[in-house]
Parts: sequence; C-alpha cells; structure tokens
Amino acid sequence: MAKKLSRGVAVVGVGMSKFGVFPEKASRDLFVEAFQELRQSVQKGFDPKDIEAFYMGNFTSDHFENQAHLAPIVASWVGISPVASTRIEDACASGGVALRQGVLAIASGEVDMVLVGGLEKMTDLPGAKVTDALALAADSLFEIPAGFTFPGFYAAMATAYIDQYKADPDALLRVGIKNHENGALNEKAQFNQTIKDVMIGKQRKAEHKGLPIPQWEDEMAFLKDPKSNPMIAWPLRLFDCSPVSDGAAAVLLVSEELAAKFTEEPIFIVGSGQASDGALAERASLSEVPAAAKASKHAYEMAGLTPDDIDFAEVHDCFTIAEIMATEDLGFFARGEGWKAAMDGRTARDGSHPINTSGGLKSKGHPVGASGVGQVVEVWKQMHGLAGERQLRGNLKHALTHNMGGTGQTCVVHIFEKRN
Amino acid sequence: MTEQTLHSKAFNQAIAEDVLIGSHCLVCGNISIPQRQICPNCHSDQVERIHTNGVGTLATFTVIYVPPTSMADAGYNAKNPYCVGIIALGEGPRISAQIVGLDLSDPSNIKIGMPLKQTFVIRGEGEAAKKFLAFEPA
Repeated sequence: MAKKLSRGVAVVGVGMSKFGVFPEKASRDLFVEAFQELRQSVQKGFDPKDIEAFYMGNFTSDHFENQAHLAPIVASWVGISPVASTRIEDACASGGVALRQGVLAIASGEVDMVLVGGLEKMTDLPGAKVTDALALAADSLFEIPAGFTFPGFYAAMATAYIDQYKADPDALLRVGIKNHENGALNEKAQFNQTIKDVMIGKQRKAEHKGLPIPQWEDEMAFLKDPKSNPMIAWPLRLFDCSPVSDGAAAVLLVSEELAAKFTEEPIFIVGSGQASDGALAERASLSEVPAAAKASKHAYEMAGLTPDDIDFAEVHDCFTIAEIMATEDLGFFARGEGWKAAMDGRTARDGSHPINTSGGLKSKGHPVGASGVGQVVEVWKQMHGLAGERQLRGNLKHALTHNMGGTGQTCVVHIFEKRN
Repeated sequence: MTEQTLHSKAFNQAIAEDVLIGSHCLVCGNISIPQRQICPNCHSDQVERIHTNGVGTLATFTVIYVPPTSMADAGYNAKNPYCVGIIALGEGPRISAQIVGLDLSDPSNIKIGMPLKQTFVIRGEGEAAKKFLAFEPA
C-alpha cells in the first residue's frame, strides 16, 4: 500500500512556451519563455531567489544540441544560480520524473520551493538523425539490431492489441481526429488545426499551384488515403504519430502550508507513482503497458482515489495506440474497451472521460523532455477555468497526468486535487 | 559460471556463429533469452548457457516503411519495407528480430501465431557486413 506524502505539495504556478519549430531558438530560450509565463501565473507573486532546487527533464540535448550538463546552464539563464540544479533523463518520461523528484524533495522536508522544468530542442537535426536519437531510448543490444524504430514498437503493440480484442483500426484515426480538434483550440499547440483544416489546407494548396484538387469524402477518407497519410510502420500512419517539436514548460511547487502565501487557488499533488519495465519483448502481454498500470495504482493508493474520481486526464499519446492503451492501464476503461471508448467519443471534451483536452502530444507537440511538465499546464488551466474554448464544464476536482518513456520502460503518474 | 559466455555481448558473438543462446537457472529453472548473468526470477548466479532450438511463433509484428539509418543503409525504404516482430520461442521467452521470407504487399495477411524458425541475415557490405538474427516461416 502506497504511503501518503509525508508533507503536502502544491502547484502555485505554471508556464510553457509555444510548442513547435523554432530554428532561431535554443532550448534555454524556450525555457525562459516558460519561466516568464510561470512568474505571471503566480497570483501573489514570488521571488525567484526563494527557489531552493531545480529539477529539469531533458532527454538528449547531448544529441539534439550538442550540449550535456544543461541544468546549471538553464538555471543561470533564468537567474536562479546557485540553486541545486539537476537534469533528469528518463527518455520521454524525463519531465514527469523531474516533477516527481520535485514532489519528493518537498515532501521530504528538505526544501520548501522547487522549480520543475522540461525542455527539448529537437528540430535542429535532420529527420533521420532525430529518429536515431529517439531510438537511444530502446535497448541498443537486443531491440535496435532487430530493426525496430519507435513508431515500429508502438505499431507492434497496435498489431497485438487489434488482434487480441478484434479492435477496429479506425479507432486509432479517431484518437488523432479528437486530439487535433482539441489542439485547434490551444494557442500553444504545434498543430492548432483540426484534421479537416489540414485537409482543406491541402486542397487550397493544390488549387493555388494549379494542380488537380484532391477530393476526400471526410476526415476518415483523408486519413485512409496513403497519399495524404502515408504508412510509417504498419498499421500506424503519419497522423498516428506525434510530431518532432521544440518546447519548454515550467511548474512551481511549494509545501502545502506555504501555498496560501502565493495563491488563493493552489492545486495539490495528492498522488505520485513511477514504475519501470524491461524490453518490450519481455512482457507477458504486448497489448498493455504494465508499468503504467503499476505507477497509477501507486498514485491512486497514495491519493485514496479510484479511476472513477478522475474528472479529466492528460495521457502520453506519443502514438494514437498509446492513448488507447493508457486509458485501460489507468483504469478508466476495462481491458479491450479503450478502442470502443475512442470510437464512441467517450474521451472527447463532452465525453464521460475527457482525455488530452490540450491536444495531447499528437497535436500540441512532443518536445520529449517537456511533455510531462506541459501536461501539468493543461491541468492548471482546466482547473482554473483558463482553457478558453476547450474549457471543460462542471466542477473539476481531480485530474491525472500519465507520462511514458520508451515503450513504457518508465511510466510516471500524478494526481492533482483542487480543494476550493 | 564462466562470465565470458554470459556477458551481454556474448549473444551477438554467438549470432556470428549462427547460434541463438540463452541462460538456464540451475536454482529455479527459469530460462532467459537473451542470456543473463543472474537469474531475473530468483537472482541466483548459478546460471548456465544454453543453445536454443530456434523455433517459435509470431507474437506480434509491424512492417516498417520509414527505416532508421542502419536499415536504410541496408537498402530498406518506403518502397522496400521490412517486417520486424516479436517471436515467442519454444523455450518460453520472447525475442525481437527481423522476419524475412514474407509477402509484405498486404501486412494484414501476416498472421499472429504463425510458426517461425531462426535464420540469419547479413546487413551491410564489405567490411561493414554484419550478421543478424532473423526468423522465417517454418
């Protein structure tokens, strides 16, 4: 049974850069933008000199920017040196694990105020080199020699899932359509357009160039056309994959008893869980992610909550199949039901279990080290009624974030609570 | 146990000799493929090296149209995709490998559960040529 945190932890401010492609900016520049937005978001203000520790998620600035030892540099760039600054590397879960380290540091009583960051600058490398850099998250001795890529791993999980549950592969496309609809309403999203917008854009482009205008009956037809949506790793196509992105996000944590000094509306972190796993081939089932189930079980126990208590969630949809499996691993739907929920609209903003109202990694973008921290920004916005046109209705009391590294070798889950 | 025969690089050294190796725990009987220096089930270091019989079934697969640099260098691309899968070996464990000898024109015709046997493929040419584990229909 997971123990409660020995001391409560509150989020009192958040910020993020826009996610996208920014050739003129380095990762530290994007983090400065996130940090400045975070400062604005703290209702009663705070002095950056009071920050006592900085945990920063980043996968591989070594390869993307030829820069290791990034945490102290970023700390200096936002003016918080000589604060203890630590880079956390757990592939695409780096940001979520950095958040967990911040939570544990405050819960331990050692520090009262922690800055948590996540950042990645991926787009300076050519596409093939980005694929190779991301492949570093897999086992270089026993998975990479087989010819696996990350789209390939998730495609193999999709094949297993579809076979085991006789699932309709259209469910994958539905996840993409839904996340683009949400991302279209998020000004920070890399692709803030719907699939229909993308489709119309392609037609206009053809018209503009005097080429034959391609015709599709609807978004599903567009997504099934190998010309507009080419196969990457069967059965996953281009629009099943999250993009290559630049971006940064930041969260300010303080101990529960200090929260009222900074804001009348803190968000409390009441559950935190993390788990690991071996290579994909080692798992008993290939259609689920055991580490996600284990991490969430720990977080639910710590919070004294069940999946039914969660009003909305941001999950790690690096590929469309990952969102479907996550909704089962996290207990929102029974095994084999996740694809039906995606088909039925149960994960849409007006559904029973809204998932990825921000647009998710798919549409918002996936600057890998930033993704797990960026999820908290959406939780904050939704819980404070700041989500604009994508705002969920009703009283939002509990939210969950799910961040995953590799094929689920690292999974980290957090549960958030609003008390007023 | 002789460490040299069980260290993590021993697997690929055995592949170069057309052998797929694993380890067998003398305490709890657990089999690991690839081999482990300590048993992941009971943590004993009383493990012996075994040669597998190289047969299994297809647990899952994908067909890759956008290859990583290493596979692109071996001649694969969107027009010449390749199949990679996870194979459930007769000894119990599963392993990742390229699957050769399949018609990839419609991947939905490839069936999970199909029997497979081990083979070996050479990727790269000249001095860069290297042997890799693969499977093919049995």
